[in-house]
Amino acid sequence: MKRRLLLLLPLVGFLVLSIFLYRGLSLDPFHRDSALLARDFPAFDKVTLEDPERRVDRALLEGQVTLVNVWGEWCPACKLEMPQLLDLADRGIRLVGINYKDTREKGLEFLEEFGNPFEVNIFDPEGNLGFELGVYGAPETFLVDRDGIIRYHHTGYIDPQDVREQILPEVQKWQ
Amino acid sequence: MAVIRRLCLLTVALLAANLAWAGGIEVREFDDPVLEQRYRSLTASLRCPLCENQAIDDSDAPVSADMRERVYLLLMDGRADIEILDHMTERFGDYVLYNPRLEGRTLLLWGLPGALVVLGGLLVVLVVRVRRNASAQRLSAEERARLDALINRERSE
Repeated sequence: MKRRLLLLLPLVGFLVLSIFLYRGLSLDPFHRDSALLARDFPAFDKVTLEDPERRVDRALLEGQVTLVNVWGEWCPACKLEMPQLLDLADRGIRLVGINYKDTREKGLEFLEEFGNPFEVNIFDPEGNLGFELGVYGAPETFLVDRDGIIRYHHTGYIDPQDVREQILPEVQKWQ
Repeated sequence: MAVIRRLCLLTVALLAANLAWAGGIEVREFDDPVLEQRYRSLTASLRCPLCENQAIDDSDAPVSADMRERVYLLLMDGRADIEILDHMTERFGDYVLYNPRLEGRTLLLWGLPGALVVLGGLLVVLVVRVRRNASAQRLSAEERARLDALINRERSE
């Protein structure tokens, strides 16, 4: 009897492997944790999109919970998520934009056309602040707590469901 | 003649298309062949964070171009390979390493193939031993008698 059961061993092995691999099929490789989670927001010294004379640095993101959104005029998904960002701003959440690999002219045009939920926009035409943040495509959104530490990262377009189920709970968690 | 001319034109057109396509990835000149070799192997071993299964030396995604430039600048700055890889993983995560590092989290990944080979070897040894013992077993008196009977029958036929 025992020997008979032993014959089932390859089948069990096959089933375990199948379940393991099947699970892998439904994983989204874009949903991976940012390397910057639980780390300080990288240091920067930049001018703003709105005012080329105004310099901002990391102190901008200290003192209150902030959503930092990386966007560009060239990015179609950024346009789609603007209503959700405006909604978040209406709820009293502080948003700061990073205008990523864009020109000042196009960036300002974009805000005029699609609305401006941001308290201020950091101007990053070469994308080096984006690089420090490990940004590999826009839009990307980071939640920064009052101590300037990155607590949550969202890759890609934020839809209304993401706002309800992910963004708002995370903001409340760190508020 | 017209056919040959057409073929030539086609070849030229294909070549031009090929060159235009390859234009997505810039060519960097190095004075030092060692640096060039290091640049090549580093950019071949870093995975593009956007395109899932392409090294940055083979990808025309904007982020890959940025990463290649950073590798180049860090090499020119005299940084070691390990520092450059750290620089990338600190920003883009372990995902960008085509060769995962040996650490607690990746122990299973690195250890499993070896463990399976050892397990398979043990299994083979075990099976061979069991078989050898089985064949070496002595025949019982009854079996011997049956065998003799069979052999005798064969002979008498």
